[in-house]
Amino acid sequence: MGLFILRRLGVMILTALCLTFVVFFLTNLYPNLEKLAKTQGNMRMTDEQVESWLSNRGYLQPVPVKYGEWLGVLPSKQIENSEGDLVGRCIDPGVDPADAPRFCGILQGDWGYSTVFKDDVASIVATRLALTGKLMFWVMVLMVPSALILGVLAGMREGSRTDRTLSTVAITTTATPEYVSGVILIAVFASSAVGLKWFKGTATSAMDNANFENFFLPVLTISLFGMGYIARMTRASMAEVMTAQYIRTARLKGVSFRNIVTKHALRNALIAPFTVIMLQFPWLLNGVVIVETLFNYKGFGWVLVQAAGNNDIELLLGVSVVSVFVVLITQLVSDIGYVYLNPRISVS
Amino acid sequence: MEPLTWAGSLSFLNIPFIWCAIALIAVFILSFATSAFASGDGSMQMNADGTSSAAGAGIADLVNKVLVGLLLLLVVIVLLYLVLGAVMSTGAGIIGGISRQLLPVWIALIALMGTSFYHKRKLGLYGKLFDSTIGMIGFALVMFWVFVGVFGAMDLIITHDPLDQVSGMKNKIPGTPLRGAEDGEYLWYLLGGDNLARDIFSRVVAGSWIVVQIAPLATLFAFMVGITLGLPAGYFGGKLDTFLSFLANLILAFPVILLFYLLVTPEIVATGIPTYMAVVLFIFPIIFMGVLLNSRFYTQPHIRTPLLIVVLGIMLWLYLSLVSEQGGAVPILPWFLDLFDIPGGILVVFVSVVFVNSPTVFRIVRGLTLDIKTRDYVAAAQTRGEGTWYIMLWEILPNARGPLIVDFCLRIGYTTILLGTLGFFGLGLPPESPDWGSTINEGRKLLSIYLHPALPPALSLLSLVLGLNLLADGLREESLRD
Repeated sequence: MGLFILRRLGVMILTALCLTFVVFFLTNLYPNLEKLAKTQGNMRMTDEQVESWLSNRGYLQPVPVKYGEWLGVLPSKQIENSEGDLVGRCIDPGVDPADAPRFCGILQGDWGYSTVFKDDVASIVATRLALTGKLMFWVMVLMVPSALILGVLAGMREGSRTDRTLSTVAITTTATPEYVSGVILIAVFASSAVGLKWFKGTATSAMDNANFENFFLPVLTISLFGMGYIARMTRASMAEVMTAQYIRTARLKGVSFRNIVTKHALRNALIAPFTVIMLQFPWLLNGVVIVETLFNYKGFGWVLVQAAGNNDIELLLGVSVVSVFVVLITQLVSDIGYVYLNPRISVS
Repeated sequence: MEPLTWAGSLSFLNIPFIWCAIALIAVFILSFATSAFASGDGSMQMNADGTSSAAGAGIADLVNKVLVGLLLLLVVIVLLYLVLGAVMSTGAGIIGGISRQLLPVWIALIALMGTSFYHKRKLGLYGKLFDSTIGMIGFALVMFWVFVGVFGAMDLIITHDPLDQVSGMKNKIPGTPLRGAEDGEYLWYLLGGDNLARDIFSRVVAGSWIVVQIAPLATLFAFMVGITLGLPAGYFGGKLDTFLSFLANLILAFPVILLFYLLVTPEIVATGIPTYMAVVLFIFPIIFMGVLLNSRFYTQPHIRTPLLIVVLGIMLWLYLSLVSEQGGAVPILPWFLDLFDIPGGILVVFVSVVFVNSPTVFRIVRGLTLDIKTRDYVAAAQTRGEGTWYIMLWEILPNARGPLIVDFCLRIGYTTILLGTLGFFGLGLPPESPDWGSTINEGRKLLSIYLHPALPPALSLLSLVLGLNLLADGLREESLRD
């Protein structure tokens, strides 16, 4: 088991390195750098001005060198710009270049500086991640129990009308992407023109002070899309368990249906959905980006959109490191959890 | 001109319709509450001969009958709206107008469903689809949008140019008459005008054509890539499998939206990266077809050689004219051989959707291959001395078709969602493009005041993806029954 986890961790780190390098490569393509120079400097810069702006800030070094600097395995080069000052990744404004550390990459804990928000990437990611964490927590609270209930109710009598109805509901929610369900929910519950006006159509105020009125719609929108899938998996697993021999034995013994479901079937039926729930996290990340844009909730997904839209290289890298690790860690946890929950599988 | 109401002179149907719907929902909730939480399986009655039968008409049975009756009544009313609407046109309000515009779609749909249903016993798996209600509903929904897309592109449905802005129609509600309409122009904006005074109905119809064109084709390409790589990965295993699986997991670990934001930008198009990706990804169908035919006719060179020359020649030509672009990144073909150019925006959308989808297909195919390669018929083929590619493509692949067809349907739906996501974030397609995602994105900004610009494309996308999901479900059920 220990070796298994170690190997998985090794693959994880390799994957993260590859992915961050891809992001680094794509964001450092010359047209992207040119866009960065023009948005940060002046829209009407000539080509020579763009070039000097970029080389003054060390953007024109070879990509592997820059990647090494960002990672913290190569010493940061100090470049003399056209005004004769020394600049470099490690030299913060107002610090004497002689005092600056030589290495300042991710490994040293320096995530860089966001050109859009004019702030440290680490602090931006931390605050935004906390906001998204709040959103995700409530999504989980709403989504997991309702999906499991839906799935168990549908799966305990396969083929009955309850099953068919609930399955159709589950299919419908999986067929509704967040930008569709969000629009429909806003139209029904939040529109000031017709609609019921029960909830608010934006969640901006929920960042400081979340309450049912301003936070329920975004949470519901994300939950709906993920819920259908988990419910269908639970249903399949439940239906399979209900045909097992020991359930038949219990029925023949005369155990009541309620007891069979709650005492005999339920625990065995919940092994498979556990994996599915863990693997839902990466998908939820997509939903978070859409919903945060739709409801104007300035969390992690919103930062991703801002960073990508403005080619804010270091912020985008920070965002991708975090999201890639979320994906990989959930995969790892789901594998380990599956092994622990299911006695029939062993990893050796 | 009077503005149109929703049902026009059919408004007398509205009240029964609403009551019917309310009653249906109420009875449904009631029956659900009684049946879902009741223990036991209904009362049984033992007969003298030892068999058992359900005991009489209980409450549940009665509720069931009421439910079915109400549902039928509701369907009849909806059909009345549509049929009478198609006859009376705008005399029956907005619904009538839309129903009349969609007349070619109705005819094609009825013809297709009717003939398929009549000949369903002769049509294999496709015919079996008509045994399952769910599958039939799904198929009808999908074909509805396919016909809307095709006939819309043939200019049989659209009432106005989807890009035309008409003064005075900004954000107007559905059914608003056109001010100062000229002869031959359609007199109303059936579903209202959007923020830039364009006709929403026509935009939705035009948007369906974009989806109907791109989604199935992109999914097909993703399947070609996934199959061509997944079969050897599963069959040979070893280093090849480790490497390809690592690559697939690498792409899957990327959050899709981040990937789109990195790939689908004008700056990336300017570097030519999408074209290089297209060069790599679009070669897979050629490899697939080449290997497929070669392994089958290897022992009959007089068929194989001409067949391969013709098929691969045509595909290679299409491939080269797709990839090469004058003044683009890969100008291989001279201009007189270049059949068509794909605009950079569309190409990058297409390539990235294929790119995102193919790792999942790869994993499915790999898993199926791992399972099937242990079967006896594969061992028999190996003993016969068949080539490895023959075994993969003509023994394993046909036996994996069931799950693959089901996944193909689901994946078209997923691709539709991805295309909508791209439009929603304003990536790739031009901003005035009538695709559903872009239209939803424009409409959502004024959502709290005007509902009508955002809702029709949202509901269209929902119904198409739902149709594909139901179709996949029906196919799965029917193929399991074999």
